[in-house]
Amino acid sequence: MGFLSKRRDQQLAAMQAAGRTVGRSLWQDALRRFVTNRAAMGSVFVLLFISLLAIVGPLISPHSLEDFYWEYILVPPTFENAHWFGTDANGRDMFVRTFHGARISLTIGIMTTAVALLIGVTWGSVAGYFGGRIDNIMMRFVDVLYALPLLFFIIILVTVFGRNIYLVFIGIGAVEWLTMSRIVRGQTLSVKQKEYVEAARALGLSNLQIVRRHVVPNIIGPVIVFVTLLIPTTILVESYLSFLGLGVQEPMTSWGVLISQGASSIDTGPWLLVIPGTFLAVTLFCFNFIGDGLRDALDPEGR
Amino acid sequence: MLSFIFRRLMTAVPTLLVVIAGAFFLMRAAPGGPFDADAQLEPEVIDNLRAAYDLDRPVLEQFVRYMTRLARGDFGPSITYADYSVTELLAIGLPVSLKLGGVAILVALVVGCLMGIFAALHRNRWIDYVTMSIAMTGFAVPAFVVAPVLTLIFGLYLKLLPLSGWNDGALSNMILPVIALALPQIAILSRLTRGSMLEVMRANYIRTARAKGLPEYKVVASHALKVVSLPLVSYLGPAIAGIMTGSVIIEQIFGLPGMGRYFIQGALNRDYPLVMGTVIVYATAIILLNLLADVIYGYLDPRVRRE
Amino acid sequence: MSGTSARPMRTQGGEAVLQCRDLSVHFKTGEGRISAVNGVSFDLHRGQCLGVVGESGSGKSQTFLAILGLLASNGHATGSVMLNGEEILNTTRRKLDAIRGEKLAIVFQDSITGLTPHKRIGDQLCEVLTQHRGMTRSQARTRAMEMLELVRIPEPARRFRMYPHEFSGGMRQRVMIAQALLCQPDVLIADEPTTALDVTVQAQILKLFKGLADHTDTALVMITHDLGVVAGLCDEVMVMYAGRAIEQASVDSLFYDPRHPYTRGLLACMPRADRDSESLTAIPGQPPDLSELPPGCAYAPRCGQAFDRCLIERPSLDMAVEGHLKACHLENAP
Repeated sequence: MGFLSKRRDQQLAAMQAAGRTVGRSLWQDALRRFVTNRAAMGSVFVLLFISLLAIVGPLISPHSLEDFYWEYILVPPTFENAHWFGTDANGRDMFVRTFHGARISLTIGIMTTAVALLIGVTWGSVAGYFGGRIDNIMMRFVDVLYALPLLFFIIILVTVFGRNIYLVFIGIGAVEWLTMSRIVRGQTLSVKQKEYVEAARALGLSNLQIVRRHVVPNIIGPVIVFVTLLIPTTILVESYLSFLGLGVQEPMTSWGVLISQGASSIDTGPWLLVIPGTFLAVTLFCFNFIGDGLRDALDPEGR
Repeated sequence: MLSFIFRRLMTAVPTLLVVIAGAFFLMRAAPGGPFDADAQLEPEVIDNLRAAYDLDRPVLEQFVRYMTRLARGDFGPSITYADYSVTELLAIGLPVSLKLGGVAILVALVVGCLMGIFAALHRNRWIDYVTMSIAMTGFAVPAFVVAPVLTLIFGLYLKLLPLSGWNDGALSNMILPVIALALPQIAILSRLTRGSMLEVMRANYIRTARAKGLPEYKVVASHALKVVSLPLVSYLGPAIAGIMTGSVIIEQIFGLPGMGRYFIQGALNRDYPLVMGTVIVYATAIILLNLLADVIYGYLDPRVRRE
Repeated sequence: MSGTSARPMRTQGGEAVLQCRDLSVHFKTGEGRISAVNGVSFDLHRGQCLGVVGESGSGKSQTFLAILGLLASNGHATGSVMLNGEEILNTTRRKLDAIRGEKLAIVFQDSITGLTPHKRIGDQLCEVLTQHRGMTRSQARTRAMEMLELVRIPEPARRFRMYPHEFSGGMRQRVMIAQALLCQPDVLIADEPTTALDVTVQAQILKLFKGLADHTDTALVMITHDLGVVAGLCDEVMVMYAGRAIEQASVDSLFYDPRHPYTRGLLACMPRADRDSESLTAIPGQPPDLSELPPGCAYAPRCGQAFDRCLIERPSLDMAVEGHLKACHLENAP
């Protein structure tokens, strides 16, 4: 008898506990969902591996970026003389060049995204937080820019002011912040109207406290997702410019530069296109899978 | 509806002016000029040349003179292609780019939407995985990698299609550039369509339509498609911009005599009138097509129209 | 359908229009298998009104979505459902399309999202008739217009060309009802048709159903969590808890002689004019998690009268008195 009524108490307790587990933190839940997403987790590891190669790749090769080997021109991938990825039409080692390109491409991806993040978050949160006329003017400005062929402006900028890598950072960053500002503004607006923010204001919290405690935690999810999707976009834009010969300049190299050179010698040395092209594609793949995984993890009802 | 179109047109005109002014002053702001490379020229000759292209005047005056000429429909003379006016060059390039871009956007829309709808209707089955893998590949492998690989396979190895050239827009010359140009947009459109479709098919009114006894094709065609197409219409603007920027590179790779080539050449040689001309044409096209997308959106969603 | 003006007497014998036997529904989810409906059986006769009562999550809506073949894609139903003597559970889409809207119609709870936003009301009504009755556009228009008048929508000709967002909530629910009645179905299922509406509008809609139950021989299923609705409208009642029917009886028998503690709890929750407001009670606790149901009676953890047997052995749905079924280990005495 006693044992059975004890069991009933346990069941009740278990049910209450089940009710309580719903209150687990959003971030723990998101992390759990992300870790179980095989495509996203696989992409994280592949990206880490490519990043590692970008750092140590040029160091483990016996060759350097400036070495020319006249006796090894257009050699396909071989172990001979340690040209693991072959050599290009100038006899330069493709292994070193590919991972040097990785360094530049990844750096540009991250740096320009940082520029876009900075402008976009500032612009969007200011517009969304103050609302009214300020919001109206700021967002009309974004609308106008949206309708412009901005990549053409980057091309003009780069051709006219000289092909400078920092100009590429700023140019791409200055173009890609538009969507970010829209996302941040939308989130800020919707958070601002929530009851708990009203309550916080009624309790006398300052604007800054409200922003820090309520607005920032709520906009950070969509922003993280967008950042992971923006990095591959900026890498792509950089390759696009470099392909046209307007981005990174010799002797520096990036995946776009390598692809451009590979495309012009595709009949004589297909590996010159295929190797950097594959690395670029895999990297873009991975970022997209991670972005999708993060979105699913942070917003489980959205899908 | 008419007032809606009119209001959108009213914002389109200032936008275009911003583009023209932006491009004009951006180019003039940089040090150097179009004749820097011609070091062998006598200083007097350069001065004469600068005067011929208005470059000796203050920037603001140059702008006013340019705008007055533009208002008459005159884009001015090209500097690089000395025997041609910019209008003549555009008359050569625009039809090529228009045909290429138009066909590419149509192909992208049709193929992308069909793929997305099929994937959504067969969610989590092999057809879904196959289409979405193709879409993912199209998204991750940029056009400037796809294009050379396509020429390698179909042009060089299989010898089915010409490697490059326009040949007055012959079908066989169009196939590879159109595929390379449309592929990234197909990727995005099919993903958008699939997501939109999945969301709409979960809506309560779809359940109502099924409960009415409508067969599935009628449920999709008559109750879902309009709403499914809304995000696609919103994406139309960016898609067109993507096709245009893509065409610059594709024209270069396949050696097509489109506007992209004139734009790049113009920018590299500081051919101010040529760059201005191409940018104005690109911008006008983007603005007009965005306007068109807005109008279609208003037509599809009865709630937007009344605002 | 021959116009039966008066409400026919309840015919316990004879063929049921809708006969449901041992219907179960489960969903496969990432967290495991959820059993939403378990072994539900009932008969529905022509002209009868069945009330289905339960809290949200009790499986009352899923039961009828399964019957209509409208379960979510991860849901699966087992058992048997006969409509006019023909098996319709898990049948082909083609057969379902012929039945749905024609013989078996449903009015959903949420009229705001239940109508297609970008289609005119008239088109949404007419397509039912052109689909099932092969009517021409103008025939369908005339018939649909009559139906809009029947559900008391003023100016049907003008409303015909409007979009759903131009209608009020009550009006939209009327449109939904008109849409369901267009083909004079044998069975009309109303899934909490008044929940989303204002109280005054609720009364009007219920009056509409009352007229329907009294003046046609369409069998009505009223899914609700409001026993008041059941008392005013229904002949038979099925009370559901955690996916199972726990009590089935005629309205009179259930209200005057409830046999299950849960039903008694529900009745005690009902505000009534002839009782003190102090005697209003709430049932303590929450409905159980369907993915991990206890081995015994699902209601036992919340039941004030539960004893040890309730925790280890699930009570079966047995006859308490003639025509009154209950699933409880307690003796009949309340």
